Amino acid sequence: MELLDFYADWCGPCQMMKPTMEEFEKAHPEIKVTAVNIDEQEELAEKYGVSSIPCIVVLKDGEEVNRAVGVQSLKKLEKLVA
Amino acid sequence: MKYDVVIVGAGIAGLTAAIYARRAEKSVLVLEGKVPGGQIINTLTIENWPGDMGVSGVELMQKIQKQAMELGAEIEMEEVEGIQKVDDGFVVKTEDGEYEARAIILAVGVEDKKLDLAREDELTGKGVSYCATCDGAFYKDKPVVVIGGGNTALYDALYLSDIVSKVYLVHRRNEFRGDKALVNKLRQRENVEFVTPFVPEELLGEDKITGIKVKMVDSDKVRAGDKYRFLEADGVFVAIGKKPQTAMFAELMELDDKGYIVAGEDCKTSCPGVFVAGDCRTKSVRQLVTAAGDGAVAAEAVINYLD
Repeated sequence: MELLDFYADWCGPCQMMKPTMEEFEKAHPEIKVTAVNIDEQEELAEKYGVSSIPCIVVLKDGEEVNRAVGVQSLKKLEKLVA
Repeated sequence: MKYDVVIVGAGIAGLTAAIYARRAEKSVLVLEGKVPGGQIINTLTIENWPGDMGVSGVELMQKIQKQAMELGAEIEMEEVEGIQKVDDGFVVKTEDGEYEARAIILAVGVEDKKLDLAREDELTGKGVSYCATCDGAFYKDKPVVVIGGGNTALYDALYLSDIVSKVYLVHRRNEFRGDKALVNKLRQRENVEFVTPFVPEELLGEDKITGIKVKMVDSDKVRAGDKYRFLEADGVFVAIGKKPQTAMFAELMELDDKGYIVAGEDCKTSCPGVFVAGDCRTKSVRQLVTAAGDGAVAAEAVINYLD
């Protein structure tokens, strides 16, 4: 399973969510978390149709299985990948 | 465990209350359903917070949150669904469970008003946005619609017109509530079209926004063909004001006709044991410093109430 974390440096909610993402990574070393800066990786944001951030896309075998827009708590992140 | 005080909302009012209550050694739980930090985290530069010229909203709120946590406040990211009065205090119901409290501070702030159109929630983040500075960058060289007539809508339209190919500014009156100077600036922009007096009627698009159908106000006076317009757009930016999300508290305490929780400068609501701080209180000035001030007053009121 893989988690794409779409963010930007100018996005306040994304920055407020950073500590939670770090916590999640620590608690789930089995899940690969990739931070995607939407200003630098426009194609990726386009590919996944992301138009509001923070946006978390959950991939399983490369296919999207879940997504959440807005700030997520650790509990909500864990529900997304459960 | 029963907390001395449960604070609903982790914006500046709620977190300041947490700091004061912890310094009085009260046990504190702060519940936040959306974004810790509150509205101000979308502001890149703050110039009216004394002592820290130009600080960003995120930086300021991260510091305040850290301060509250280091003093021993607990913060949980859970949406509150209701508060019930019981014999010796309150039960706070959240999406994940229940918490007991001897006293409550409501610091829920205000949220963006919605259009109340079908599929609005479903299309939020898929073209529908309530924050031009947050999401504008996704609409580079694409047409967008801005809805509203106040300064926020005008600023949004101005900001977006530098990024996007075309801005349709939809407002229900021909005149704007916002500053004349802003309206004049917008009139000079070649890629801004005023669509007035029109109101949104239907969001168009399957998986994402492709446009919006708008209806002329008093449309019975015009020819049938002029009643509606279909505006092609990739984004719809809603800027029609803010309101407090307080409906769930209406049974417990007095609200005014706009939904603000009625309380004076002492932050006491009509329900003993429940206090209110920040933008969701009936007040005339809604600023960072006044929200912080409310937080301190509400915490002191809680401390007096408990002792």
